[in-house]
Amino acid sequence: MAEPIWNRFADAVRLYAQYSGVSLRAQMQYKFSFFIMSLAQLLATATEFLGIWALFGRFGSLKGWTLAEVGLFYGLIGVTFAIADALARGFDTFSELVKSGDFDRILLRPRSTALQISARDLLLTRVGRLVQGIAVLGWAIHSLPVLWTLPKLALIAAVIAGGVALFYGIFVLQATLSFWTIETLEIMNVVTYGSTEAGQYPLTIYRPWFRAFFTFVVPVASINVIPANLLLDRIGTSGWPAICAWSSPLVGFIFLAASLQLWRCGVGKYTSTGS
Amino acid sequence: MSGYAAVFSARFRMLLQYRAAALAGFGTQLFWGLIRVMIFEAFFASSSHAQPMRLDETITYIWLGQALFALLPFRTDPDVSQMIRTGSVAYELVRPVDLYGFWYARAVADRVAPTVLRAIPMMIVAWLFLGLRPPASWECGVAWGIATVGAVLMSGAITALMTISLLWTMAGDGIARLMPTIVLFFSGMLVPLVFLPASFQPIVDALPFRDIIDVPFRIYMGHLPPSQWPALLAQEGIWLAVLIGLGRWFLSRSMRRLVVQGG
Amino acid sequence: MPQILVENLVKTFRIAERQPGIGGAIKGLVSRRYRTVKALDGISFSLEAGELVGYIGPNGAGKSTTVKALSGILVPDSGKCVVLGHVPWKDRQAYVAQIGVVFGQRTQLWWDLPVVESFDLLRAIYRVPQPQYAAKRDELIALLNLEPLLDVPVRQLSLGQRMRCDLAAALIHSPSLLFLDEPTIGLDAVSKLAVRDFVRRLNRDDGVTVILTTHDMDDIEALCSRLIVIGGGHILSDGTLDDLRNRVARQRWLILDLAQAGVVVEDPDITVIAQDGSRVTLAFDPAMVPPAALISRITAKYEVQDLFVQNPPIETIIARLYGEAQ
Repeated sequence: MAEPIWNRFADAVRLYAQYSGVSLRAQMQYKFSFFIMSLAQLLATATEFLGIWALFGRFGSLKGWTLAEVGLFYGLIGVTFAIADALARGFDTFSELVKSGDFDRILLRPRSTALQISARDLLLTRVGRLVQGIAVLGWAIHSLPVLWTLPKLALIAAVIAGGVALFYGIFVLQATLSFWTIETLEIMNVVTYGSTEAGQYPLTIYRPWFRAFFTFVVPVASINVIPANLLLDRIGTSGWPAICAWSSPLVGFIFLAASLQLWRCGVGKYTSTGS
Repeated sequence: MSGYAAVFSARFRMLLQYRAAALAGFGTQLFWGLIRVMIFEAFFASSSHAQPMRLDETITYIWLGQALFALLPFRTDPDVSQMIRTGSVAYELVRPVDLYGFWYARAVADRVAPTVLRAIPMMIVAWLFLGLRPPASWECGVAWGIATVGAVLMSGAITALMTISLLWTMAGDGIARLMPTIVLFFSGMLVPLVFLPASFQPIVDALPFRDIIDVPFRIYMGHLPPSQWPALLAQEGIWLAVLIGLGRWFLSRSMRRLVVQGG
Repeated sequence: MPQILVENLVKTFRIAERQPGIGGAIKGLVSRRYRTVKALDGISFSLEAGELVGYIGPNGAGKSTTVKALSGILVPDSGKCVVLGHVPWKDRQAYVAQIGVVFGQRTQLWWDLPVVESFDLLRAIYRVPQPQYAAKRDELIALLNLEPLLDVPVRQLSLGQRMRCDLAAALIHSPSLLFLDEPTIGLDAVSKLAVRDFVRRLNRDDGVTVILTTHDMDDIEALCSRLIVIGGGHILSDGTLDDLRNRVARQRWLILDLAQAGVVVEDPDITVIAQDGSRVTLAFDPAMVPPAALISRITAKYEVQDLFVQNPPIETIIARLYGEAQ
């Protein structure tokens, strides 16, 4: 296509915004339900952190990490996952599309399939989790005895962006599996929610094989210890040099790009074997 | 009595069919358990203070929790909530049967069936590979069994109450959505209750939720000596009576409301 | 250059065979047995712009496979296919922007949204400029009587209303080629007529090429000048309706209303198809016996109160064609 890439991007964003507007308006019709679900999520995540606080009260520290430091990890992954979950809802429920045959309709429209799926749904109710994540992150940043320079804050923003890309990529991967099997593989749920659970704590506290999985297979480490070590002035105590910390957000984007490639393969498989 | 047994067994058999779903959850539970164990291992390695529970006991607690996860009253009765949504529950409410009894039997079955499917393989695997210890003594084991029955009854009563609250649409939806979090925390599933600060203990001791997870597990480990069992049983009995009574009362009020409105 | 050119399209599917019983299910996890189904076995035809073609065949004949390949969502194993200057599955986005597809059994509209919002979304998806969109939308609303339905959520529409909206939705972007897959299925008589009327006008006045897949023979008779019959992955017949009639059997029906019931009608040149009280349906070959001669013979021999001559319904013709193919 001769169209300049900027125009195509703006066009895609416009379409995405239109879809999102539709989705949001539909959800806002159910105001009470939205309020209650957000409250429930807020409560759920708050009690989660309450549990961590209680354990710190008993044990004092977690392998050298303080509560405020754990709060940084917890807040980062909470915010990241909430945003990704809200944005990637279309991929989360993709297997229904394949089952019902409605994916054919997506193929009949002159737009990228990934764009259409991603724009399908924007889940508002994740806001409860988002608020709690922001609260914990804010508290952690405030309580930590760290000098928060502008580059560091920028890194936090970048880590969140990279994390959203990473989780988005996991959702895309999960959806791509639907092209090969109708059964929703429990494995993928474990990867998605398991990554969230595991990433709430510094990965260093886990057993080596666990750490390796979340560093090299699903690179949660890129939004966990690798940048955190730099943010918390702990460089030197772990094996990763500073340059890795600064570039760690990119890992999430690379993961997303790889997932989208696999998605394209999945679409190719779908069109050659039919539904 | 035979009516309730029939309802229970029918529901139980139906739920047993969902073998695939039960087995699928196995991987998830395994993963969750492993993470929790690793977290506690890290915590225990970080402090030399004496703790209210030893590490090996905590690990047993965690695996028992994963095995018996389905006991927790997380969901309302899906069929009844569907009926309420479509309005056809009105037919149920005006029937001359002990509706609470039936709903209670179903609630209990809803908890027992998935638990049985999941608990046995999980406990075997955990015992063989993951550090689940046997009960502290055979008396503790038997007492644990009885306590688990009590847990089932308690969970059923809470589930039934949640389902009944759905009849009051707005408030009920709210209760149904907030309950899982409250249950998760106060049952000891999130964190064993002994680890909570001392100031929390009176509250958690007063509430019935610990009877589902925390109390049976601690009996299993021998943490709660036989001398305390009668008092625990009495408290559990009182709560059961209260919850069942509340459930019956709310239900009859719904029925009366319906009759007054003309059905 | 024809608008649609299909040459030797071949498509084979591999379907995993499910083995019975629990033992089979477990075995199935490890090794799968596959059954190959040849959905298309060398399909060839061509269409000029502006034709209205019926594409019919029994279930499993390869109709939907052909339509899927032509609409770009299925890649065939071999064969050539050029539609509107594109190979459908190769330039998907550029190609589908020029076609419209209506599935009778699935709507493309957004279930919870008012109809007009679905149209707006489609405008954005197909990148239709605002003035063109407004004009086209209003034209379709007028033609299909959609004014009272615009603010109604799609889930609240009746089947007939939904189909009219789906037709409009498929044409928002003014495609030059329209695929209709069972558009009148489940509709009441009035809606069927409305749909047929609309499609006829669309084809005649706007020159939109239409490929109609249907099991409803009334649709065929009302709309299609050309009929392609597919069976077992092959084209069985490609021509006009009359060609088809002549090809399968030169047969006409003579329906008699006799004065009395239960009379047995006999004649060397006829076969009795049906007898219902005083109404008798006879079949004869107009090439063997001129209709006028047959009528005078019958009316001389029997007491006939009323009679009509007609072509046999298409179903019988098609059924015979399928039967021949077997």
